[in-house]
Amino acid sequence: MNLHLPSAPHTHAPDSVPRIMGLVLLAVAPTALYGLILFGWPALNLLLVTVLACLICEAACLSIAGRPVKPSLWDGSALLTGVLLAVSLPPWAPWWIGVLGGFFAIVISKQVFGGIGQNLFNPAMLARVALLVSFPVEMTTWIHPHPLFSSAAPGLLDSLAITFSGISDVDGVSGATILGHVRTQLGMNQTLGQILPEHYQSGIAALGWTGGSIGETAEWLALGGGVWLLWRRVITWQIPVAMIATVAVLAGGFHLLNPDRFADPGLHLLSGGLMLGAFFFATDPVTSPTTPIGQLVFGAGCGALVYIIRTWGGYPEGVAFAIVLMNAATPLIDHYIRPRIYGRTWGGQSRPVKRPPAGSGEAP
Amino acid sequence: MKLFDFWGGVHPAGHKHLSADQPIRIMPPPARLQIPLQQHTGLPALPVVKVGESVCKGQLLARGQGAVSASVHAPTSGTISAIGDFTAPHVSGLPLPTITLDSDGEDRWLDREPLPDPFALVPEQIAVHIAEAGIVGMGGANFPAALKLNKARQAKVHTLAVNGAECEPYMTCDDRLMRERAAGIVDGVRLMLYALQAPQAVIAIEDNKPDAIISMTAACHGDPQIRVVVVPSRYPAGSAKQLIQLLTGLETPAGGRGTDTGVLVHNVGTAYAVHRALRQAHPLISRIVTISGGAVAEPQNLEAPIGALVEDLLGFCGGVNGEIAKLLMGGPMMGQPLPSRQTPMVKGTNGVLALTAAEAQLTTPSPCIRCGRCVDACPMGLMPLEMSKRARHDDLDGALAFGLIDCISCGSCAYACPSHIPLVQYFEYARGALEAQERAEQKSKETRRLLEQRQARLARAEQAKVEAAAKRLAEKQRAKAAKAGVGVAA
Ligand code: SF4
Ligand code: SF4
Repeated sequence: MNLHLPSAPHTHAPDSVPRIMGLVLLAVAPTALYGLILFGWPALNLLLVTVLACLICEAACLSIAGRPVKPSLWDGSALLTGVLLAVSLPPWAPWWIGVLGGFFAIVISKQVFGGIGQNLFNPAMLARVALLVSFPVEMTTWIHPHPLFSSAAPGLLDSLAITFSGISDVDGVSGATILGHVRTQLGMNQTLGQILPEHYQSGIAALGWTGGSIGETAEWLALGGGVWLLWRRVITWQIPVAMIATVAVLAGGFHLLNPDRFADPGLHLLSGGLMLGAFFFATDPVTSPTTPIGQLVFGAGCGALVYIIRTWGGYPEGVAFAIVLMNAATPLIDHYIRPRIYGRTWGGQSRPVKRPPAGSGEAP
Repeated sequence: MKLFDFWGGVHPAGHKHLSADQPIRIMPPPARLQIPLQQHTGLPALPVVKVGESVCKGQLLARGQGAVSASVHAPTSGTISAIGDFTAPHVSGLPLPTITLDSDGEDRWLDREPLPDPFALVPEQIAVHIAEAGIVGMGGANFPAALKLNKARQAKVHTLAVNGAECEPYMTCDDRLMRERAAGIVDGVRLMLYALQAPQAVIAIEDNKPDAIISMTAACHGDPQIRVVVVPSRYPAGSAKQLIQLLTGLETPAGGRGTDTGVLVHNVGTAYAVHRALRQAHPLISRIVTISGGAVAEPQNLEAPIGALVEDLLGFCGGVNGEIAKLLMGGPMMGQPLPSRQTPMVKGTNGVLALTAAEAQLTTPSPCIRCGRCVDACPMGLMPLEMSKRARHDDLDGALAFGLIDCISCGSCAYACPSHIPLVQYFEYARGALEAQERAEQKSKETRRLLEQRQARLARAEQAKVEAAAKRLAEKQRAKAAKAGVGVAA
């Protein structure tokens, strides 16, 4: 092809991959910042370690594969993966969790598949799932809020010790997340009416004052960031709306059937990182369908799986598993769900015009 | 009037202010014009003049041949200095048969006799006059206008959609024409309605052209058959399929014609050319063309003679400022890059753009991130990412299965792609490969046919030989038998 005379178009939308990655980073920044403030310096240490691991892995893979390192490293995708992975980790997790996570995310789930655009699974989500399965203890140590500069917060040195040699008094600083607590107590044949009042002060929890991963607790901030991404047209509405609506409808329906057994939709929507998952992980372009209808199916599938896993599955939280499972279904969705072509039926045949009788005058 | 919506589309920056506010300037014919014989879909026109012959302005130079073709006339008076091949306004830069006309500077018209009253003619006759004037679709489709009108009359269309959307960035030639010569356009619309025998016309104008909307509305005021419809500015609203969808909610069937929906789309420039042809016996020898882009000293619209070189057009607009990163014929969304400034403008040329490096946005493609922006942008409901993936791997059947033949090359997908993948380029490549394949198939079919013919001929000859031998043998035997019989009898 003649590179000097490329074919049309000769103009371009002011959009690029680095810009998209940058906007997503900006959108997740408030959630991450809130998490850092809520859980203090150890969370920051973990974030830095994770991001650094991702960047180093990316650079190493690119140079081993003999591809140009700089443009790909600067497209921001590895940076974004690092940040998204970090906000889905328990805040005081040890440093090697971040390093292993970065390795899983970049090397195993992305570069092995052929690099950006080729991966089947969302790197951060797959890494989180792999970590959770391999290191269940470290990955479920949920710290109570220890806000920065409060008396409870560990100092700088203590923080380094927490990140690099472990938490000394785990039981004293941690507890279950709401969803985890509900599951354990339900297992002991308690009703939700007995469980929730003691643990779940909805007002405070909804504001994000509770245990969880770095970016999990401030659902409102994640929602805000997501809506901002929608407004900037970085993502489209289909996946997050379908996912959240499906969870809400399922939770609402079962809650009406048996309020003692099934938690209310509010609890489901505002815990377990649903907003973060719906707006930041499920919408990963590479691993979600490309057509609007496919995206609706994908979002609904994520939502249904989240509810099923949370309610009947082996883990109290289901967002990461649900997204990874639906990632696997994406090629299938994209194969079977295609848009209708202009002038053709869904089956691809020429579509006859239903034309008003000629001479009716006022046709259009 | 109720408007519908078309799918997809994009909002490229307009850049129309560069040339929108200067009045149309008439460019006198340059010393030499290069007039291609094929400025339209179909067969090239056949020259009716000889080298050395002097011609008047408006005189027939070459006559359309066959069912689909268009005649070509002299844009000015002068001498035919050559008939041969010359660079054509096409990306290949391959030469096309061209008549070279050296102007005598007098711009002397042929004796013209305008029709007293075109509406006294039968509708078919209007089409004949339109064909004689060499009018083709001026929005870039280049299809002979008379033929399109005749087919549409036979298909009994109920609406003539006059396309004044002008959705391409930078282009303002239709805008200026509508602002300055609205009455002529509306007269042309009436003539076309008459030729079509259709009850109504709608003139579609994008809402970013308020002055054109005002002047066109005023020009068709009081005419119950014609009205102006303001359509939202979104590319490609001016594409025929999308305009029909916008106006009627109907889709042109795949493989069918726009008129299957009862609507015929013609450009405002075509309407104006029809007006001139029938009222002033003025064949299509000039047109309004937008000369714009950051590298043009004085961007504006010219009424320029067909066959003027891009070099002359740029020169008449004050020349070039700085370096041209891209030289285009047409708008930035669908225009052709030009290999040289020594390329003539033709009947379908709506603009010439000289873009600076900053405007041309030369970028390097990066891998597809499957973001689906191309799918959202496609007005035809295609999946450009899948199509390009297959085209790139020479999987032509795969590209076809994803709708390659339905793609209108509008460029919306590539415009929207954040990875800057030249999607349309892959589609063009695949189409080229398909055509080559078809040609090769055609050729091998033809060879096979000839071979079979030859074999049949040989077989027939062989058969004849065998039959002749058998006949001879039989005759011999008969003769022998007769002889023997005679012998026995004796
Ligand atoms: S817009 Fe570009 S990057 Fe996005 S899916 Fe289409 S081809 Fe891929
Ligand atoms: S160029 Fe083809 S594939 Fe791309 S948007 Fe236009 S019609 Fe769709």
